[in-house]
Amino acid sequence: MNSQFPINQNFTKESLKKQFRLSEFLAEKIISSIAFLSITIIILIFFFVFKESLPIFHFGKSEKAKTEVSSESMPESYGSTSVEDLKPESYGSEPKEDLKPEAYGEPVSQSDLKPESYGEPVSQSDLKPESYGEPVSQTDLKPETYGDVVVEPLTETTTKDSSISEENQHQDKVAENNEGTDQTWSTFLTTEWVPVSNNPRFGLIGLLIGTIKVTIIAMLIAGPLAILAALYTSCFASKRKKEIIKPIIEMLAAFPSVVIGFFALIVLATFFQNIFGYDSRLNAFIGGVAMALAAIPIIYTISEDALSAVPKTYTEASLALGASKWQTAFFVTLPAATPGIFAALLLGIGRVFGETMIALMATGNAALLSSNPFESVRTFAATIGAEMAETVFGETHYSVLFFIGSLLFIFSFVLNAVAEFYVKGKLIKKFQGK
Amino acid sequence: MDKIIDKENPHFFSNTTNNADVKGKFFIGITQLAVVLIIAILFIILGIIVFEGREKFSWEFISSFPTDGMTKGGVLPAIIGTFILVVVMSIAAVPFGTITAIYLTEYAKENSKIAAAVRFSVRTLAVVPSIIFGLFGLGFFIQFLGTGLDETFNGGELHWGQPNILWASLTMSLLTLPVIIVSVEEALKTIPRELREASLALGATKWQTIKNIVLPGSISGIMTGTILAVSRGAGEVAPILFTGAAYYLATLPESLSDQFMNLGYHIYIMSTQSSDVEKTMPIQFATTLVLLILTLSLNLVAVIIRSRIRRKSK
Repeated sequence: MNSQFPINQNFTKESLKKQFRLSEFLAEKIISSIAFLSITIIILIFFFVFKESLPIFHFGKSEKAKTEVSSESMPESYGSTSVEDLKPESYGSEPKEDLKPEAYGEPVSQSDLKPESYGEPVSQSDLKPESYGEPVSQTDLKPETYGDVVVEPLTETTTKDSSISEENQHQDKVAENNEGTDQTWSTFLTTEWVPVSNNPRFGLIGLLIGTIKVTIIAMLIAGPLAILAALYTSCFASKRKKEIIKPIIEMLAAFPSVVIGFFALIVLATFFQNIFGYDSRLNAFIGGVAMALAAIPIIYTISEDALSAVPKTYTEASLALGASKWQTAFFVTLPAATPGIFAALLLGIGRVFGETMIALMATGNAALLSSNPFESVRTFAATIGAEMAETVFGETHYSVLFFIGSLLFIFSFVLNAVAEFYVKGKLIKKFQGK
Repeated sequence: MDKIIDKENPHFFSNTTNNADVKGKFFIGITQLAVVLIIAILFIILGIIVFEGREKFSWEFISSFPTDGMTKGGVLPAIIGTFILVVVMSIAAVPFGTITAIYLTEYAKENSKIAAAVRFSVRTLAVVPSIIFGLFGLGFFIQFLGTGLDETFNGGELHWGQPNILWASLTMSLLTLPVIIVSVEEALKTIPRELREASLALGATKWQTIKNIVLPGSISGIMTGTILAVSRGAGEVAPILFTGAAYYLATLPESLSDQFMNLGYHIYIMSTQSSDVEKTMPIQFATTLVLLILTLSLNLVAVIIRSRIRRKSK
């Protein structure tokens, strides 16, 4: 060794320079490029989910306002059909639209209703207006028209006849799509979610209200429970108790959501119905309780971390000033950890908002507009989960479901970003006194 | 100070302590109650599922096919399907997760913006609703990759452009990627800095150090991550709803382009879309019990390994 590195060797800048090794260089490059995969995935997710929802944006946005206005006056105006392409007037085929409940007898759409179909008084077909005088015409019930029917009446703007030949439908496929998008836009802000019909309406308001209702109920239950439990574990529990409690509560996170959904569907629903005696067995309250179970471990873990991260000097100072243990916990530790707990609540909301299986199994899946927590609701995520399998690629319904998906994605992305940057910045400022 | 030397209330300190004791007991009691409640709920769920499922739960149930329109028989194809799903998922996710964790702990410089972006996207991946992964699997893997593959190699014949095990597993691997990354990163951090420095000082290059010192020391971390990921992947249903899970299959899947049955999906359809929900109740509970045993025991193993790592690093 000595001969290799004589002491009197001159260390020039050249010889000290890091030697270039191809394998090292390659290893580093490969590893870092693979690490960027997670960034790429996020971008890809957004891109592809959004891409599939693009068709609904294609049509002229300038006409959006127009159709929106006219669609509101829909019931009155369908008699006065003009030759222009005013969409609502195209209800020469209005009776068709009313036939929808009957159309649910179709094999295709039946599976759509399945979640509601066992023993629940409120099913989607109950929600429709009761004025279906017209007998079912043969064309309407044909299962094979299912895919095309969506926007079909619009292509026949001037036709008063409700019996439209099928050739026409196929001829106008392209135009149909565009017109459909126009109408899709206009129905977004309505409350009716009737995706499978001759006159599909994609009212997101009802779904939004349902989602918010379930989220609020779940957070009202999960938030206080989880935070109080976290407070106990980090401030009052002895070290041994803490080592037992923490893993047990975190075990709740290992419960698959389908198991929680199943439990809510079979056990909780009956249990609470016996207590409160409401009508619909599956409702927002049951869904909320079940989702609270899913959100508790998340909120608990993160707020426990935040509470434990409060510097010891804080609690020691408080105790030295004569405050008791609980005063210190509630008036010193808890306020100091507020940003962290806020982040925990945000992530809990994100979890509940996007929860699919529980919503699918326990909320009843009927988009009702009511403030009663014991009514069935339908959430965004459950809508995607329930209906995606029945849609046809490229259909408006398909695009709308992807659009809902990108809304969910953006929402959870923003929640996470807020939790990450805003809250972390605040915590650092607080604890380091910067 | 005025307040403390209050004449009307000379024993201020003792007084507050008395009040505080009552109040304190009350507040501490509330927090305790929350803990007890959560743990009670957990054991109630466990208890009911075990109690209701124990009748039907047997070796025969695990090892036989469903019969009579899924109103009788076992869940073997669902177990096999779940098994294949998590194996393919792990093969895809573990290498990527491990390498990303190595990048984050070994190569990324502190305060590097790129590393921060990687971390942020890993956390975002962890909070994105699972149904979005399902949509992504449908939009990217099936409609884009699958259809693309079919058009270039099969001449437009539908083979890959439909739901199958491969796409479902890849979708699931995206979902479980953050789980692996976080566990491996945690394990890598427990390897003492001195070991790395000693290796570097002896003339080993960075890659040699990682290969010979860091990775062997983090095997248990990688295992924990894999087990947790498998447990998560076995339980998630939303991502595979429309990327490959099948209602009922008479045969086991033979290739990656087949559809498969899945335990979680089986529970979902049995409890919501079965022809006779009441009659199949014991099967549903037993299936739930199988799934729960699977995920909980995997988690338990992961917790034990993890606590060992922590003890070793201390």
